[in-house]
Amino acid sequence: MVEAHGLVKRYGSFTAVDGIDVRIEAGESFGFLGPNGAGKTSTMKMISCMSPLTEGTLRVLGGDPATDGAAIRARLGLVPQEDTLETELSVFDNIYIYGRYFDLRRAQILERAERLLDFAQLNDRRNDKVDALSGGLKRRLTIARALISEPDLLILDEPTTGLDPQARHLLWERLYRLKAEGVTLIITTHYMDEAEQLCDRLVVMDGGRIVAQGTPRALIDQYSTKEVLELRFGLDGHAPLAERLGQVADRVEVLPDRLLLYVDDGDAALGAVHDLGLVPDSALVRRSTLEDVFLCLTGRSLVD
Amino acid sequence: MTTLAPAVAGTDARAGWPSWFRSVWRNWYVYSKTWRSSLTTTFLEPILYLAAMGLGVGSLVNHHSGGVNGVPYLSFVAPGLLGASMLQVGVSDCSYPVLGGFKWERTFWAEVATPLSVGDVVAGKLVWEIIRFTAVSAVFLLVMVAFGVIHSPFAAFMVPAAVLSGMSTATVTAAFAATQNSDLGMSLLFRLGVLPMNLFAGVFYPLSRLPWGLRMVAEVIPLTHGVAILRALSLGTGLGWGLLLDALYLVLWTVAGIVLCLHTFGRRLVP
Repeated sequence: MVEAHGLVKRYGSFTAVDGIDVRIEAGESFGFLGPNGAGKTSTMKMISCMSPLTEGTLRVLGGDPATDGAAIRARLGLVPQEDTLETELSVFDNIYIYGRYFDLRRAQILERAERLLDFAQLNDRRNDKVDALSGGLKRRLTIARALISEPDLLILDEPTTGLDPQARHLLWERLYRLKAEGVTLIITTHYMDEAEQLCDRLVVMDGGRIVAQGTPRALIDQYSTKEVLELRFGLDGHAPLAERLGQVADRVEVLPDRLLLYVDDGDAALGAVHDLGLVPDSALVRRSTLEDVFLCLTGRSLVD
Repeated sequence: MTTLAPAVAGTDARAGWPSWFRSVWRNWYVYSKTWRSSLTTTFLEPILYLAAMGLGVGSLVNHHSGGVNGVPYLSFVAPGLLGASMLQVGVSDCSYPVLGGFKWERTFWAEVATPLSVGDVVAGKLVWEIIRFTAVSAVFLLVMVAFGVIHSPFAAFMVPAAVLSGMSTATVTAAFAATQNSDLGMSLLFRLGVLPMNLFAGVFYPLSRLPWGLRMVAEVIPLTHGVAILRALSLGTGLGWGLLLDALYLVLWTVAGIVLCLHTFGRRLVP
């Protein structure tokens, strides 16, 4: 569906994307994980033929964005990071106008709009002005609208940023359904749980480059340990303790509020900590996540 | 053009609308749902102006000097007010709403995420303005007929003349709005652009009354030439080849505005 080699995007002297290679297959759910400013949105804009590349080659649906932009966009659904809805109009009108942009016939738009309103669970809000909708409902409308053309490829740029947990879970569930129906998804996110839930395969981006890629599980296996022991020791003094704790863990990360010990057996490690005569204020054993992968690769957390 | 990979979902039956027309249609559709809010500024305001300036100020002028250049003041000022009204409508439509399309509602980005191009978005906006100018000037013309201030059969050409006059400033305004990031520039545009243009374009008095320096400034203002054409057509005086130069000047502004729009919209939408 998408094939990029040495993709570069510069704005003036600033390099947003610094030579990335990606290959995304049909039916796949592919993620771009990284903190803000990693170059995810710039990459999405190039793939969705809304921003010309500075260097490299890019094929989307077999076409060249530079010459076939409109034809490619006709088969893409784009859910941008910031809402671009007609705020003065109703939920239904937003879907209707969008269908017209794709030159669909009126009858076809009306028929699909019914299904999409059901899909996005917006049926009882169909005549409400978009202005009055919550952030979660607006996101669902944006996704429903992007599906009016029955796209082969749906691109979602940080679809759940700014939503409350309940709205996020509902959205994930809807996206999971799309995936099950065979829609190819490209998702950018700075939430590791989102990437774990939704992506078959992902790349981790930082500073415009890809720093790692693979399935969520493979990335965790490769860059992290099985379990993580999180320890809190009062308000300060985490850094000096890190060295002593180094002997019970593969790796120790010092965060402002806690220590992360990367170990294969969290409970055993906690016992070893106690054997050292250290008594943490709190201790938590959990499985490794992509957040740990990112921390290992860059030394920084995903969400600052 | 290379062949794209075959569509997974199959090919839809198309309505067959040209892509630029879909953008025009969008503007019409949004207007059809929200027209009530703009009704007073578009239609009522010019009528109020016509009544106040024409009848109020007019009685004073007619009493002291027997009208302007031999015609009653209302007949003199009405075509000027039509030109001023076009300026007002065009700048209103192409300032804050264009800024909003980029910055607040961000609807321009919704358009270019579909098969529509930057050129389609610009065409959608500007063709819609032509429709707006046509409607507003036609209504204004009917009001002028009702007030009995049409003196020439050439008044039939006032609608296209009003459209051209409006487009000369609307296009440039849209291009300017596409470069802005806050409404500060917009309020400056109204204060330093629209207001002086209204006051010095010969809407309310003949330009021959101005001292030479100000008169030269007035000649630069597009509205000056729009008003000259509209006044000649409604009064049937001063018709001649000179009007073609006025029209050419307005065409130059319009073409420059369109080129600037394509440039500024493109730089912002497809960075």
